[in-house]
Amino acid sequence: MENTEKVPLKKILLICSKASIEDVYAALVMGNGAVMEGIETKLFFTFFGLDAITKKTMTKLHTATTGNPGMRMPGGLPFPTMLGGLPGVEAGVSAMMRKQMDALDIPPVDEFLELITAGGGEIYACKLAMDMFKLTKEDLHEEVSAVITVGDLYEMCDGPGTQIVFT
Amino acid sequence: MSTKTIAGVEVNLNDEGYMEDASQWTKEIGTEIANEEGIELTEKHFEVIEFIRNKVAAGEGLTIRGIGKSGVVNAKEFYGLFPGAPLKKATKISGVPKPTSCI
Repeated sequence: MENTEKVPLKKILLICSKASIEDVYAALVMGNGAVMEGIETKLFFTFFGLDAITKKTMTKLHTATTGNPGMRMPGGLPFPTMLGGLPGVEAGVSAMMRKQMDALDIPPVDEFLELITAGGGEIYACKLAMDMFKLTKEDLHEEVSAVITVGDLYEMCDGPGTQIVFT
Repeated sequence: MSTKTIAGVEVNLNDEGYMEDASQWTKEIGTEIANEEGIELTEKHFEVIEFIRNKVAAGEGLTIRGIGKSGVVNAKEFYGLFPGAPLKKATKISGVPKPTSCI
């Protein structure tokens, strides 16, 4: 007979490999949401995603104003790619986006990490990417539990009801 | 929707067990719902419940971030008081609707 028993989600591992505001916040919102539901949550930051947990860069994340077909002017008009390439435009648009998020009570990255760990979520950094970017544990925000290898990550994936999401 | 007698009062509950009418809520009802959730309420719990009920009465949204900044508890203490899914549990115990917030 077919097994139709539903196994609820018990543990989730979220992997973030990119540094844009939308990629990082996708991981943070999903991670925090899982913590809020009482799901065991681990966030793993690798490659450019390390920007989100590096003290120097975490509160200054950007969104891409070139090569981003979803980008619009404030009124909804198309955003010309040429304009997006001008100096300062990406920084300005990104600052505006962060401000709008703050107005919606979406916390800045450092506070979001604290919120996740307050609920028992765990934050990890990828060792290989750390070596590549010449970062040390001291460069990372204090809420980061450890710098781990991909093998360590897979060891954390045991148990039924576990899922890995790559954002 | 169903009706249930909690602490001697007949209350309307939705399918998820949240009270339909927040004005029916009493401390005794809160205590009994909390017991069902496996939580024994302390003075600190009631302070949080009061904050939540006031927020909802004022028509404001509830987030864990907001409760963490309330001055009543920080986020970590909130998770400690209502273990598991704190916002869902705390609102259920407070007799207010389940929050629709994602953060």
